[in-house]
Amino acid sequence: MTYPDLPPAFQDWFASRGWEPRPHQLSLLEKGRAGRSVLLVAPTGAGKTLAGFLPSLVELSSRPPEPAGRAAPARRLHTLYISPLKALAVDVARNLETPVAEMGLPVAVETRTGDTPPHKRKRQVERPPDILMTTPEQLALLLASRSAEELFGGLRRVVLDELHALVTSKRGDLLALDLARLHRLAPGLQAVGLSATVRQPEALQRYLVPWRRPETEPDAAPAGEGREPGPLADLVVVAGGAEPDIRLLTLDRDLPLAGHMGALSLPAIYRLIQDHKTTLVFTNTRFQAEFTFQELWRINEDTLPIAIHHGSLDREQRRRVEAAMTAGKLKAVVCTATLDLGIDWGDVDLVVNVGAPKGASRIMQRIGRANHRLDEPSRAYLAPTNRFEILECTAALDAVHEAAQDTPDPRPGALDVLAQHVLGMACAGPFSMEELYEEVTSASPYADLSWEDFELVVDFAATGGYALRAYERFAKILRGPDGLWRIRDGRVAQQYRMNAGTIVGAGLLKVRLLRSSRKSPGSLVPRGKVLGEMEEGFCEMLSPGDTFVFAGEVLRFEGIREDEAHVTRAPAGTEPLIPSWGGSKFPLSTFLAARVRRLLADPAEWGRLPMGADEWLRQQQRRSLIPEPGDLLVETFPRQRRHYLVAFPFEGRLAHQTLGMLLTRRLERARLRPLGFVANDYGIAVYGLGDVAARVEEEPGFLDELFSEDMLGDDLEDWLHESALMKRTFRDCAVIAGLIERRHPGEKRRTQRQTNISTDLVYDVLRRHQPDHLLLRAARADAATGLLDVKRLGLMLSRIRGRIRHKPLDRVSPLAVSLILEIGRERVSGEAADEILAEAEQMLLEEANA
Amino acid sequence: MSAALLAQQLRPEGVEIRLAGSPALLDSSGALYLPDSETLVVADLHLEKGSSLARRGSMLPPFDTGATLAALAEAISHFRPAHVVALGDSFHDRRGPDRLLASDRRTLAALVAGRDWTWILGNHDPALPEGLGGRTAEEVELGRLILRHHPAPGSQRELAGHLHPVAKVVLHGRGVRARAFLTDGDRCVLPAVGAYAGGLNACDPAFDELFPRGFTAHVIGRQRVFSLPRAALCGD
Repeated sequence: MTYPDLPPAFQDWFASRGWEPRPHQLSLLEKGRAGRSVLLVAPTGAGKTLAGFLPSLVELSSRPPEPAGRAAPARRLHTLYISPLKALAVDVARNLETPVAEMGLPVAVETRTGDTPPHKRKRQVERPPDILMTTPEQLALLLASRSAEELFGGLRRVVLDELHALVTSKRGDLLALDLARLHRLAPGLQAVGLSATVRQPEALQRYLVPWRRPETEPDAAPAGEGREPGPLADLVVVAGGAEPDIRLLTLDRDLPLAGHMGALSLPAIYRLIQDHKTTLVFTNTRFQAEFTFQELWRINEDTLPIAIHHGSLDREQRRRVEAAMTAGKLKAVVCTATLDLGIDWGDVDLVVNVGAPKGASRIMQRIGRANHRLDEPSRAYLAPTNRFEILECTAALDAVHEAAQDTPDPRPGALDVLAQHVLGMACAGPFSMEELYEEVTSASPYADLSWEDFELVVDFAATGGYALRAYERFAKILRGPDGLWRIRDGRVAQQYRMNAGTIVGAGLLKVRLLRSSRKSPGSLVPRGKVLGEMEEGFCEMLSPGDTFVFAGEVLRFEGIREDEAHVTRAPAGTEPLIPSWGGSKFPLSTFLAARVRRLLADPAEWGRLPMGADEWLRQQQRRSLIPEPGDLLVETFPRQRRHYLVAFPFEGRLAHQTLGMLLTRRLERARLRPLGFVANDYGIAVYGLGDVAARVEEEPGFLDELFSEDMLGDDLEDWLHESALMKRTFRDCAVIAGLIERRHPGEKRRTQRQTNISTDLVYDVLRRHQPDHLLLRAARADAATGLLDVKRLGLMLSRIRGRIRHKPLDRVSPLAVSLILEIGRERVSGEAADEILAEAEQMLLEEANA
Repeated sequence: MSAALLAQQLRPEGVEIRLAGSPALLDSSGALYLPDSETLVVADLHLEKGSSLARRGSMLPPFDTGATLAALAEAISHFRPAHVVALGDSFHDRRGPDRLLASDRRTLAALVAGRDWTWILGNHDPALPEGLGGRTAEEVELGRLILRHHPAPGSQRELAGHLHPVAKVVLHGRGVRARAFLTDGDRCVLPAVGAYAGGLNACDPAFDELFPRGFTAHVIGRQRVFSLPRAALCGD
């Protein structure tokens, strides 16, 4: 069979491999010829990447040869490839080199990442390759340089890989702005998006192409009103191959009521590893990965090569694991979300997901990691670790069989990201505010940005945007007499380059082993190896002597020095004292939560629930009640001289934590003396000295009032004022917007501990003096969906209005057991400043009285 | 209830200790009041730190001087001292006084004018312009106490600043970090009052040197000042 669109060299190459071009690959070729932007939605293993590059390879191979010698115009960049992961960019470049070399195509492919040496970076700008593979951050830096116009002026195509993973983040906002600039620099540019299956492909189709405002004055068209849907990129969908073979990992015994470690399932998982070629064992947290890895080795009688991979391990160690994996030398890798994205790790034939899947699309993408061939089913097991997770896994399996998707909706672009971009564009060259506004609003996340907000952002970039005009003389960008904005001097550009990017690490500390000193035996010196990195926040909550699991071993925390956490190996057999750090980053999706609520409410379905879940729910039905899907069950009961209030909203841990903070405040005001609370993905338990049930008896509307939506008013505001999570959210915005520097020219990179100003202090001052400041607005917008999930909490409160089912009990119910067993296991990032101080003060009194 | 009375009632409670044999009030504003000599002592105001960083391109909110002066004014109106001693680093840099906004300049002038005022010089502000009012000094003797910017190890009975002590307490996996007065009954290192002044952890070896007999940390909480033993504190 011949393909008219495909030059003979390509046809021969496909034939030599025994392949035929796939319909979507040909379809992208056709779109390329027609000059259309296109979104390719395909499951893993469909040859997505080759499809994305085929049009460029064909075009480049049919270029007239360059006249040798002679001052021919330098070649310009033809195709840009953007990947969310540096490693993926490198991997794809390697994969692309094979067809290029085998067909002998005159095409130069290069990568540009943070690791690219300076001389090569310089050369890449002066004499660019045909195809450049890079990351959104590197693209932003290239666009913020004076040579951007020359470099990208001839760009024909930009390929955005794993687009679904990028668009709902701040990196996606920045990439959208950069894409808008590329469209301006290179008219006629084709954008090609590669994505896994998503719920709303239109959002991604819109993301790829510039949206143009109708011919009106910028301020004449009110933002967001009566707007045309705008142009969309074309869509090519590859139907999902074989239906995945995915099952619940069922044991012949009951699962525990609480806990997340899944120790019971490990022997079964080990047997699966033995029976398969290569298994990926996904976990939700690093701690879970560490635990699983340790326990698998404990039972690893055949000493199978089992490795661990997560984001905070030392880079070299990760590379070794990746290399061994690609070479097919490993039987299994225990990993976290770091292996979610599309790097091809050789022949994985089984995926095991330990713990709750959290979202239907997420689990499908993970399952897709097994068997990178489209026509064969992916094999996967979901291994729940407790009874609630049996419900969640079952709901997820149902969703997978229906191919239902729950990828998050697109969100409006973040203002802090825009502030960084505006400064970057000023570094590239003088800009007119009107033109830049047109460009920025052509990016889909910013299509609704008002002119007023844009002015605020520019004002922020210039002088901080304060009502008190104190910094005019220090302005970073200035408007000249010609009406154009320019950077003040070269230092501003240098400062921008050193601080660009939207990834604000939690602030990481190196974890270094201490060794005994040779000079003075008995003392320890920080000369041992670096095991990896951990969040500062976690380290700061450790006291010397605390033990925890990291990099596959139990470590003893010794202290922090500058940007290092010092540790020693704990004696063999030590049980780690600190049980966990960080919960799952991904809360239970709204979609899956609704399915879990429906499953729970339908006793006819319970027969499918194995490992004790069925009986557990029947006991709940007998001893308390089973809520309707739209109801909120609130149980109250006394236990060990405390009174408990337990509720099951199923809205995810983050929203529940926020709810817990707010309920505690309200109960305190109602003089019910709350002592603390615990939250997980399914519910929340508040405990205290006051009897809530007795109060409900006196005051029948009490619970409705307690859960009323107005808690999102003043109570939320009060709490946000002191919330550590809010401060962290603000800090990230402040760093991205450039208010706080990560680095200053001439200085080493700082860790959060070394910044010369505490963002908490800045937050306090700004909140008191200019509560509507741009950065506080940005932080509030993030809090709505991020760490505080206020938006979801709000939707829940309005959903359950008038639908609270209160069940006073004389003891804990079967469902509630699962929650209160978590008390003391999970840490809540609390704001109990004075309580802690008061407790510590007792120590002094006791000391004095001793 | 009048607003002033209400504010009075909501004012976080301080703590009274004895320092070099005389009473001293450790106030939640970070100021220390000596009732015998009617003297209010404040350390490390770091006025105009915001604008100092803005010069370098970090456009921090320019409200820090106003906020610091408001806290200072509140403490002054509460204690009505005859004398005020600022323990150095009152301005974040030498040019700080020139950058004061007109409104802040007026507020400061009004505070200084009402009482006997001494600016002790610090490393950030080794000299101060005449126009600020008050007098400058390297150190001040007050009864049995010496007031200076930089604490001097070995010497006794002093009030000093410079180090910005903060205490950190971690219990049950939750932590709090707050400004603190550190004292052994003879020496007291005061917390920084400046809105943008960071802090040095009380467990830093610098403090062990100053307090060989150990110290008590009087930590400024939201509702009141808490008195904690060294053993209750942890490093960063």
